[in-house]
Amino acid sequence: MASVAVPQLSGYQRPAVLDWIMTVDHKKLGILYLYFTLFFFAVGGILALLVRTQLAVADNSFVGNDAYNQIFTMHASAMLFLFIIPVWAGFGNYLVPLQIGAADMAFPRINALSFWMLPPAGLLMFAGFIVDGGAADGGWTAYSPLAQQTGVGMDMWIIAVIVLGMSSTIGAANFLVTMFRMRAPGMTMFRMPIFCWTMLVTALLQLLATPVLAAALVMLFIDRNYGGQFFDPNGGGNVVLWQNVFWFYSHPAVYIMILPGMGIVSEILPVFSRKPLFGYKAFVFATIGIGGLGFSVWAHHMFTTGSVLLPFFGFMTFMIGVPTGVKIFNWLGTLWGGSISFPTPMLFALGFVSMFLIGGINGTYSAAVPVDFALHDTYFVVAHIHYVLFGGSVFAVFGGLYYWFPKIWGRKLNERLGKLHFVLMFVGFNVAFFPMHMLGLDGMPRRIAVYADSAGWEALNMLSTGGAFLIAVSMIPFLIAVVMAFMRPKDQPDDPWEANTLEWATTSPPPDYNFDSLPPVRSERPLFDARHSNGEGH
Amino acid sequence: MAAHGTAERQGMTNSMLGFILFLASEVMFFGGLFAAYFIARADAPSWPPEELLSAQQIAEGVKLELEVLLPAISTGILVLSSVTVQWAVWQIQKGNQSGMLWGLFISLALGIVFLTAQLYDYTQLHFLADDTIYGTTFYTLTGFHGAHVAAGALFIAVVAIRGLGGQFTAENHEAVEAASMYWHFVDVVWIALFTVLYIIK
Repeated sequence: MASVAVPQLSGYQRPAVLDWIMTVDHKKLGILYLYFTLFFFAVGGILALLVRTQLAVADNSFVGNDAYNQIFTMHASAMLFLFIIPVWAGFGNYLVPLQIGAADMAFPRINALSFWMLPPAGLLMFAGFIVDGGAADGGWTAYSPLAQQTGVGMDMWIIAVIVLGMSSTIGAANFLVTMFRMRAPGMTMFRMPIFCWTMLVTALLQLLATPVLAAALVMLFIDRNYGGQFFDPNGGGNVVLWQNVFWFYSHPAVYIMILPGMGIVSEILPVFSRKPLFGYKAFVFATIGIGGLGFSVWAHHMFTTGSVLLPFFGFMTFMIGVPTGVKIFNWLGTLWGGSISFPTPMLFALGFVSMFLIGGINGTYSAAVPVDFALHDTYFVVAHIHYVLFGGSVFAVFGGLYYWFPKIWGRKLNERLGKLHFVLMFVGFNVAFFPMHMLGLDGMPRRIAVYADSAGWEALNMLSTGGAFLIAVSMIPFLIAVVMAFMRPKDQPDDPWEANTLEWATTSPPPDYNFDSLPPVRSERPLFDARHSNGEGH
Repeated sequence: MAAHGTAERQGMTNSMLGFILFLASEVMFFGGLFAAYFIARADAPSWPPEELLSAQQIAEGVKLELEVLLPAISTGILVLSSVTVQWAVWQIQKGNQSGMLWGLFISLALGIVFLTAQLYDYTQLHFLADDTIYGTTFYTLTGFHGAHVAAGALFIAVVAIRGLGGQFTAENHEAVEAASMYWHFVDVVWIALFTVLYIIK
């Protein structure tokens, strides 16, 4: 494998800002995605603190009812559409070409287009706060007829979500072609790193489900602006139609939001257990199974509408617990008998496994139709969504950041601050969201701005608010660690963790076009093979 | 240097695969709109749902009726344009550039005729998008299809202009195949639309 001297550009260099704006390099775009999404994580987090402040005490008047509706709607919209979904595109952009040994994505310019659709969409969505009538306030689910009755901020929200969906769809096509066609010699599909597999299934879901959301949003836009009757029973429309088309996207979307997180955890656990992932193929098939079943369970959000086939959707929802359970055993089997160490990425990965397990169990619990009738639209559901999306996805995001920070920025985040970050976030998370189970069982509805003192919900709500602020505090050591890391020189070796996958076979950070040469790929752990073969192939 | 990902393997090119995936997402978009139409139609006591019209709408002359003759001719024109665009692909596969150009320009002309006929047809109807779910679904489905025809026509025009510059050969004519594939997709959607909107009573 001869390496070729690449002629270096000399003379004119673009200014750094222009270089970031005009880049088509998957690594730079990945970093842009990460900055963009973490910014909106902060924005969504501040909105969450406003929600929790309002709910801390009974009969509170901290924010008005109208403002409260806008705040919780925009909290969810920012977290889902501007943080979790694109943050995986960020990790995927940076890592997928590196992990499969490619020089870039299949379509670098389309890749840049995918990213640059995000800032205008985010801006448009949040510009709702300065227009007459305020930002979207119909909840992130935008149910009709509620979503028909609100101001122009809702229209801006609709357009923003359509644009974000287009970005996600063309990004998905790009990821699929990249993984199908750009793999290094020797890297068969079943030797692809597990993170790539989860991105592949995620991309398939995005490609096939997101356009249905676009169709739903187009219908809502027509109803709102051109006198359409899609969701108006007076003209022969059907309000439940919105829920059907919306959840046909938005249920697969929850797997879009969690599968790459599972992939990240499945990269981290083997490295710090010094073992291969237990049941690689079972994990791949479980991922595909979740993706496939994900299209057949959307109506479990609609049990109480009375217009869905309850036994079918209840059964299918239980079924989806099976491949998810397989993954829990993959992770436990990986840990079992391993030589385990606990650096910060590993802590976040273990946090993911334990918290996602709770989120999975209380989700399956709600899949039982009679139980769901009691719990529908209560804080129990809010607890569930946060155990899977915060306890799951957000823990995976931070695990991934601590794990790949040396690769992406060439520096390591401080371990002590990282551990402090993890402990504060883990405790804060459980204090914030565990009480919501009890509040939900006690009948507290979601999305209410004010509750009466006599309801007896104040103590648990106050506890939950305290937890939310603890999560906010946990970001301080993280930010300090980032600042400290950037004040130091890039000192990280190619492979600081003794990891398994190809991104660690190049320098930290990698050069343009990634690799001078690649180790032979004979298994799903080419770097492990290279370390243990004295430089020879098998 | 075999170090990097092998960009071009045997079979389909990356761009073609990417384009087919893009078409799959388009199919799902129309799938969502069709689903809405089928649900509305299944819910309605009769179709067209005349009984949903208010007295005022009837007084204004709203009638939920479609003439089938002009759209039937349009359907024939669009199907014919699918044949001509495919003929263009076959010609360039044989290296016949002028044959390809004829095929592309004829397809473009037929597409424009289709769009003109659709706009004329809109002016002849006695209902609008806000006249019951019937009007809403009709204008949404045909409108989005029309927008896709316009996009396809633009696609063919760009490819034809590139063809005038001699950019395509027997070996290298991916854009022609992609444009043709997109045009077939638009054609198939129209056949489905024509069938459910005009034929099935």
